[in-house]
Amino acid sequence: MKINQDKCIGCGNCTYVCPMGAIFVNPATKRSIINRDECVECYACYNGLSQEALPPGLSRFLRKVFRQIALRFEPEPDICPTAAFEPDELSWPRVVRRAFSDPRVPHESTGVSGRGTEEVKTNDVTKRVGPGEVGFTIEFGRPGVGVRFHEIQEMSRALAKVGVPFEKNNPITTLMTDVTTGDIKPEILNEKVLSAILEIKVPIARTEEIIRIVWDVEKRLKTVVVIGVGVRCDENGEDSVVAPILARLGYNPVRAKTNIGLGRKDLRDLSAITNVPYARETEMAHA
Amino acid sequence: MTNTLHRFGSAESFKDDIIVHAIPAKGKTTGQGNALPALKRFLEIAAEYSPINLGDALHGGALRATRSKRLWTHFFKRDSRKNYKMVIDGLTAPTTVAAVFDKLENAEAFVKRLKQEDFGVSVNISTSIDNAKACCDFAGIKRHSIGYSLGFEGIGENVPGNQAIMLSTMCGHGMVAQSLAKKMIDFVKENRRSPEEAAASMARFCACGIFNTTRAVRILENARIGAKE
Repeated sequence: MKINQDKCIGCGNCTYVCPMGAIFVNPATKRSIINRDECVECYACYNGLSQEALPPGLSRFLRKVFRQIALRFEPEPDICPTAAFEPDELSWPRVVRRAFSDPRVPHESTGVSGRGTEEVKTNDVTKRVGPGEVGFTIEFGRPGVGVRFHEIQEMSRALAKVGVPFEKNNPITTLMTDVTTGDIKPEILNEKVLSAILEIKVPIARTEEIIRIVWDVEKRLKTVVVIGVGVRCDENGEDSVVAPILARLGYNPVRAKTNIGLGRKDLRDLSAITNVPYARETEMAHA
Repeated sequence: MTNTLHRFGSAESFKDDIIVHAIPAKGKTTGQGNALPALKRFLEIAAEYSPINLGDALHGGALRATRSKRLWTHFFKRDSRKNYKMVIDGLTAPTTVAAVFDKLENAEAFVKRLKQEDFGVSVNISTSIDNAKACCDFAGIKRHSIGYSLGFEGIGENVPGNQAIMLSTMCGHGMVAQSLAKKMIDFVKENRRSPEEAAASMARFCACGIFNTTRAVRILENARIGAKE
């Protein structure tokens, strides 16, 4: 991402909306610029800020006049008044920043947008995590910290060392040079992304061992780690096996994603009911 | 994606935060073919149950950033009403679609309807464990799988700036910057924006429409008077 210096009027709105805090107003030029090393190419600035078309020259002049008489030019906090953001042409290895950070770009390796993995969200169809197994999503970089791949590699190496297989349908796995060692392509190790997820699956008996490894490695990392634990419920729709292990380790999960088991391989044919009105348009448009 | 899972806050703070989303399975062996009609229908039906946001993972939610090439746009207020029709009509490719509810009874009724409709796409409920269980019980569904959030390692509930973290983690893709959330809290405190306006500003950054404006308004109101969640 870059900021067109001819358009920018230095209002500073964008400095707040960057999740990595990588945008600042240069005191010398009085224009916003981006710290490219910290920018993760998430496009939050470009996609999230509304864009308007104030004339830059006139706007700068008026801002200067207002400042002289102690008045403030205050555009809405989520707009760029002169549409100054312009996407860059990204090449390898920088392009991995956008692949992991811009949720609107589906990963080439999995076809899934965001962090690129379905985890247990489609478990009713994919059977990714079966009875007696536990799936882990080890996420790095949130909230608002970001992560470099060498930190992810530290975790993947520690897990590989104890013989943990990595989920094949996961973008990080596809960037490994050797899944048995957890090594990641060397040219991307210093690339920074907004967040990324390592994904593994082990027998339930190894739950505590994996969590203790994550705890141990996490202490050495500069980023923040958040663990997700996916389990297959029993025939009564309950989990009476993994929850007690988590409780023993001091966790009291309050939030979860629950797959309610409505998925199956063959979808219902909806061709007969397409275009059937479902609600009055007036109720829908601005509900 | 774990975009809805790892929200920061206590169980109590998720009482009005229930996300129901549908996701098509992809991949050579597990792919489900064209799920677009089912996903569109999911959104259409969701709109009947008074959601507070709808969205898809490629285009965003019912409040989106605007683009204008007209000079005078700057001098008029943008439309901050949620446009569900835009979300439904704009869904052009299979992706994750989501409906956000702030009332448990609406979510329960929607889940029950989804069971009756039997589309075949995977449906997940992202909320407190108790809320999700209540939805399943109401619909007569036995849970298939659970993905627990174990929380952000090393970030306790009472960490300084926790309300900004609560707001920013409502976009699990991290598109709502903590600095923007903090700025919006300050704007509300200074009475420069109403909580509703501040919540709308943040919601526009969410890339898949899962930002809960009701919860955001409550957090902003609490932040204004210095109350803890």
